[in-house]
This record gives sequence, C-alpha cells and structure tokens, in this order.
Amino acid sequence: MGRIVLDKVTKRFGSVEVIPPLDLTIEDGEFTVFVGPSGCGKSTLLRLIAGLEDLSSGKIEIDGSDVSAVPPAKRGLAMVFQSYALYPHMSVRKNIAFPLRMAKLDQAEIDRRVSNAAQVLNLTDYLDRRPGQLSGGQRQRVAIGRAIVREPSAFLFDEPLSNLDAALRVGMRLEISELHKRLETTMIYVTHDQVEAMTMADKIVVLRAGNIEQVGSPLDLYNQPRNRFVAGFIGSPRMNFLEGAVAAKHGAHAIGFRPEHLGLSLTEGEWKGKVGVAEHLGSDTFLHVHPENGGETITVRVDGEFSARHGDIVYLTPIADKIHRFAADGLRIQ
Amino acid sequence: MSRAVTTRRKTINTVLAWSIGFLIFFPILWTILTSFKTEAQAINDPPLFLFFDWTLENYAVVQERSDYMRFLWNSVIIAGGSTLIGVMIAIPAAWSMAFVPSKRTKDILLWMLSTKMLPAVGVLYPIYLIFIELGLLDTRIGLVVVIMLINLPIIVWMLYTYFKEIPGEILEAARMDGASLREEIIYVLTPMAVPGIASTILLNFILAWNEAFWTLNLTAAQAAPLTAFIASYSSPEGLFYAKLSAASTMAIAPILILGWFSQKQLVRGLTFGAVK
Amino acid sequence: MATQHSRSAARFMMAPAVILLLGWMLVPLVMTLWFSFRRFLPNRPDIVPGWVGFDNYVRFVTSSAFWPSVQTTLIIVGGALLITIVLGVLLALLLDQPMWGQGVVRILVIAPFFVMPTVSALVWKNIFMDPVNGLFAHLWRAFGAEPVVWLSDAPLFSIILIVSWQWLPFATLILLTAIQSLDSEQLEASEMDGAPPLSRFFYIILPHLSRAITIVILIQTIFLLSVFAEIFVTTGGAFGTRTLTYLIFQRVLESQNVGLGSAGGVYAIILANIIAIFLMRIVGKNLDA
Repeated sequence: MGRIVLDKVTKRFGSVEVIPPLDLTIEDGEFTVFVGPSGCGKSTLLRLIAGLEDLSSGKIEIDGSDVSAVPPAKRGLAMVFQSYALYPHMSVRKNIAFPLRMAKLDQAEIDRRVSNAAQVLNLTDYLDRRPGQLSGGQRQRVAIGRAIVREPSAFLFDEPLSNLDAALRVGMRLEISELHKRLETTMIYVTHDQVEAMTMADKIVVLRAGNIEQVGSPLDLYNQPRNRFVAGFIGSPRMNFLEGAVAAKHGAHAIGFRPEHLGLSLTEGEWKGKVGVAEHLGSDTFLHVHPENGGETITVRVDGEFSARHGDIVYLTPIADKIHRFAADGLRIQ
Repeated sequence: MSRAVTTRRKTINTVLAWSIGFLIFFPILWTILTSFKTEAQAINDPPLFLFFDWTLENYAVVQERSDYMRFLWNSVIIAGGSTLIGVMIAIPAAWSMAFVPSKRTKDILLWMLSTKMLPAVGVLYPIYLIFIELGLLDTRIGLVVVIMLINLPIIVWMLYTYFKEIPGEILEAARMDGASLREEIIYVLTPMAVPGIASTILLNFILAWNEAFWTLNLTAAQAAPLTAFIASYSSPEGLFYAKLSAASTMAIAPILILGWFSQKQLVRGLTFGAVK
Repeated sequence: MATQHSRSAARFMMAPAVILLLGWMLVPLVMTLWFSFRRFLPNRPDIVPGWVGFDNYVRFVTSSAFWPSVQTTLIIVGGALLITIVLGVLLALLLDQPMWGQGVVRILVIAPFFVMPTVSALVWKNIFMDPVNGLFAHLWRAFGAEPVVWLSDAPLFSIILIVSWQWLPFATLILLTAIQSLDSEQLEASEMDGAPPLSRFFYIILPHLSRAITIVILIQTIFLLSVFAEIFVTTGGAFGTRTLTYLIFQRVLESQNVGLGSAGGVYAIILANIIAIFLMRIVGKNLDA
C-alpha cells in the first residue's frame, strides 16, 4: 500500500515561499515523476514527503493517516539519493542490511532479505566490497538495494541517475522501470530530465516555481500540454513557437509545433528558409532552419538520413492538426 | 604537477631543506645527546658532539631523585582524560553545528573560540578558590576538568570542520533507514569521521600534555604532571646540564614519539581543518 | 535539512558544551570582577578586606609596571607572529619543492611543536643561552667574540626566539598544506601568461595563502597572549620581559594582592577582547569563503 495525498502543502524558507499551496494525489502502485527545471521545488517537495523537511502548512497523508508530524524513519518510505549516500565505512552487505538492523530484525531474516535483494540487483558478487570499490552503476544498485529490503510503502528517488554517464543512465532507467513492474510499489521519482520522465512515468507532475503546471500521463503531456511552459519542457528537441502575424492567422497569441510535426520539402511549402546547422544522428536528422522572413530558428526532425547542408534552401509546412495554440497568458486554446 | 626537475635543482633543494630541518631540530638533538654525557663533558669547551663516553647515569639519577613514573602517569591521565571527555561533549555539539546550522551557529562557534582568548591569569584566583572549596586542588580530576574546558573550544571547532566535509545526504539516508539520532551518530557519523576525530584527539592530547599554566599553578605533589616535573629542575639544578637534559628528554620523549608516529593525522589536525 | 525535530535535537546536543563553557567563562569572571572592587590580601590578616571602588583599577593602571607590560605583551606576540609567518612561508615554499627525504625533513621541522614550553624554556635558557657554559657562548668564543648575556642583554629577543622556535612548525605546516592545495593549473596558466616567479608568488601564491595566514594568526595569538612558562622559567619577569599576564600573576600569587591582581585581570580580559573582536572579524569573514 502506498497512496500519498498532499493537501494544501506549503513550504517557506524564511520569507521565501518555495512551495505555494499544492494539492496532489499519488495512487498506490503508481510511478510518479516530478519534473521541472532546477530550482522548481521538486526536490523540496520530495523531501517534504520524506519528512526531511517540515511542512510550513497543510498536511501529508500516507494510506489515509496524517504523517505531517511523523519523523522520516517512521513513515515507511525509502529514499534513493542523488549522491547514493552509501555508508562508505560499511561493506555492501552492511549497507543493505542497515535499515533492517535499525528495525531490529533478527539476523536470519536480515541475511535472507539481503541475499534476496543482492540477487535481484546482481550484487551477490560484490557483497563484501566497500562502496568505494564499486562503479557508479553498482553504487546506484546498492542504494536501491538498501531501499527495497525495507519493503517500504513507497520509494522516493531524488535525481538518482544524474551522476551516471549517458550509457549507464539508459540501462539504469530500464532497471528501475522493471523493478517497478515487479514490485508494483508506489515510486516517486524526481528528475530534471524530461526524457527520464517520459520513458518511466505512469504520471508526470510538471513543476515550475513550486507550482504544479500539469499532471498527466506522458502522452497527455505530449499531446495536450496545458500551457506553453509544459509544451516547451516536454519533448525533445523542444517545440518551436511562433508569435505575431503567423499565430494570429490561427487565432492565437502564439502557436507551437514540434520538430517531428513539420513537413519538409526542397521545392514548396508554407515557409521558406535556409538551413543553419544540420545534426546527423543516423536515425534522424535535425535541421535548424533560419526562416527567410528573419523570424526565430525553426527546428525540424526528419527520419533517417537527409542530406542537407549549410545554406541549402528548404520549405517547411506544419501538420495542421498538430499545431498547438496558446493565448497571451500562455494557456492552451482548445 | 608532474614535471621534469633537474637533478641539480633537486639536490640544492634537498641540501637546503635538510640543513634547515637539522637547524630547527638541533636544540632537541643536542638535549638528547647531552643527556648521555657526564656533567663535565656536558659543559666541555669546545662542545662534544658525538665522541664522548655515553652514559645512562643521568637517567638513573633523575629517576631516583623524582619519581618519574608518577609524573608520567599523571600526564597521561590528565591529557588523556581531558581529551576523551572533551571529545564526548564536543561530538554532539559539532554535529548540531555542522548539520543543523542556524543563523547563530557561526556566532556560537566564534564565541566558543573567544573563551579561549580569556587570559587564564585573569581568572586564576577565582579558580584557585573554587578548587580549594571543592577540594580539587592538586587532584587529577580537577586538572582533567580545567584542561578539558580550555581545550573544548578547539575540539568543537576541529570536529565541526571535519563533520562539515561529510555530506548531509548520508545522515539523511540513515534517518530514512530508521536510525534514531543516537544511532545516526554512533553508526554513521562517528565511523565516517574517524580520521578527523583521531587528529582531533591527537592534537588536543599534545596541547593538554604541554599545558603549563594551570598544571603549574593548581598542582603540588599529588597530581603534578611532567610540566611540573621539569619545572622543578629550573634552578639551581638547571646548572647540571646532563641531568637537566635527561629530565627534559624524559618529559618530551613520549609525546615526541607519539607525534612522529601519527605525523600524517597530526598535520591534518594541525590545520584545524581550516586549510584543505 | 532541518526539521523542527532535528532543530530541537540540535539545541539539546549543543547544550552541554555551551553551558560548560558559559559557566567556565562567567563564574570566574564574575568573581574576578567582584574581587577587583575590593581590598583583598589573603596573606595579610592585618589589612581588613572591604570595598574600594575603582581604587584597584586606578592603582593598577598608574603603576609604573602597567604600560611597559602591555608593550612587552604586544612586542612578544607581534614579534613571534612576524617571525613565524615570514619564515613559515619561506620554509613552506621550500618544502613544497621536489627533494629527497621530504618526509624526514617534515619530521625534523615539526618536532619543536611537541616540546612542552617548560622544557624548551629550560633548555634554551641553560644549555644554549647561558653566558658561561651555553652553546652560544662556546660559539661566540670560538669566533673570538665576547659571549652575549642573552637573557639580561637581549631578554625580549631571547624570549621571542624561544617562542618562535616553538611555533614555527605550526605555521610552516599549515602554510605548507595550503600551498599544496593550490591548483597547479593556476600556476601553469600564470607561467604561460609570462609571469616571473616573484610575481607568481605575490599575485597567486600569497593571495591563496591569505586564509591559512589568517588561521595561523588567530590560533597563534590565542596561545601567544598567554605565554607564561617561557617567562616563568627564563627571566621570571625580570629585565623588561614582564608581560601583562605575568604582571597579574605576580600581583595575585607572589604578592597575594588579589584585589589589585583582579583589576589587572579585568584589564587583560579587555585587551584580549579587543584583539579577539579584531581577529574574529577577519576569521568570521574568512570562514565562509
């Protein structure tokens, strides 16, 4: 069980309000990702749930009981930290066993659970090493192992992959997702990387300056961004925005269209432009096109190889039903 | 910086550094050498460096005259006791300052250090009276308490700087793992800070060992440590160079050896964690 | 990382240290203040104790020994600081150079720090500075010079020499640690920029050392202000080596004039506080950096 309800939660540091009143429900078993640019309050929110920070007002419920005043150890949550926060003076085995030792479990049970976790996480061969002798990915797994042995009602992840190199990050992403499928326990995951959010989440919470900008499934957010901020934050490369006369033609203050929702032609199209930088990834090609009328650079994604070079003239046409329209206050126009 | 250095340059450095090192160490070396001479050889003109009749006679005389072991034991108890009690009081305080800093933390820290600047002589008589009143005069307990108090600010300060290097996330992890505050300090913080705590203990042991003002003024016969042992040679026995040297060597040898063996930790401790 | 819970725990855990130090500071301080306003000579039953107002303060400050003792204190502290820092920087620069047996040199240099003040004072006084049998006297005579009577002809210099010898290891090691922490790329960059060694020292190394020098000044001042054994053993306060600390010691313990000595103690505390505030400002600023 792990249904977490935030009710009018606020957090102030001195006179600075980091989290304005915020309501959020995380259903049992859900993989929820808090995503947003740095300083948006997502880590603070996680720490409030963990109990590492006090609420300024409001309350937090886990499975129906108010835990606002309960110390972190008693909330039945486990946390994986950005720096892994392994105990450097303990072996891997002792690290994983530490929460169980604190819970005063008997040794046989501790051994059983530790070897189980080690098996699940492929750590069996490393149990007697110190964290300092492990690679980044292995340390990450130890941190996760330390979290799962407690059989918590929910897992909290604070940017757990940001210290890993790119290749490892993809692998660990899959591992955590698989762990979630197997354990079916609530997980709350904080990241600034929208790709992580999109690939892992059941539910994404987009935060900006402590405010929830939108809550929804990855595809909801992709297809129906509630405002310009979410539209620009979700999706890679980011959405193109145009304002002024072009937008007015669509009855909006601004229009947005994703690089993958543009038609590209060498002969005709809605906008004419010159290719600036062309990024050839093999599977896709990204062209950064400078429109002829001198507007902002438009990014366009083309499948596979596309042999365009700097200075080539191309024509772009947005796919009509994939255009997002936004009002002057940034909100989406349906 | 790995860069080729000419052998010539390195030789010059070596000769220069060794000469200066020798010069700085010379007073100690000379004292040790003199302690093995006879009184006549000790004041021989020209001075005898290595070629004299080595003798242990002075050590025997010194030991006979004053009970060296008793002074040594007092020094060990006073320095050791004050340091250990100080560390036990300072660890929780340093934890608070390092991991739950408030606006006043820095002020408290500086205030603590400023009590160290309080001239001891300004409060000598009151302490003297209090000691008489409590029957602490010339007791080891009394000195343990006083020396613990005068070194406490430095112990807190050093531990604070070491604790600050430990990432707070690890302590938070322990908290999430269900550790109580006591368990967090015993199982996580202290083992992680062992090198820092070791240097703190070491440096304060040495400071306590060498403390001369309070040990000279608050002890007589019973609790007197080695500082008092050596002060009793100030005059006129000071004129017996060989015996003075033997007594001096006996007074500094334990700490000199301890210091050399733990040089690495000590250098770290010496910088008070303030210089990385 | 602070919750209400951990903040109250922090206050609780800081309490023993704070209360002990507060007691250690306040109780004797209040007693000293009290004595300082009284006529109090415990060894003279014929003199009746009583309130004398600011008499002790006036007498202490107008006594011919007062200003010279303040001056002596400042000269000893200032002199020792100057010598240990200048020599400490030079020595640290040298020890940072590549050489053979650096570890051994470090052991030699650090040694004086372990020597208790009473021992170093006695050894210097007798075995080195004695005008007849001291090693310096032998040395002087070997060059045909008249031996110097160190402790009466150059008493302050002698004491500063002893104290500096004791504290040079401390200064050197802190400064050496600081130099070793200097990013070598910074030095290489300045070398690429064409800075000669001397300007590299003044523009890069010295500013980098400022924090370490501050620490050395702070810690050494604390200890140097209360230099006692070195004077107690060598000159006993004679020949103009009577520091404020020593003057008060004499008033309180030797002439058993507790009232007068306590007034002196209050002056010493004020002097120490002036220096402390001054130092704390610098250190407080350097603490966060």
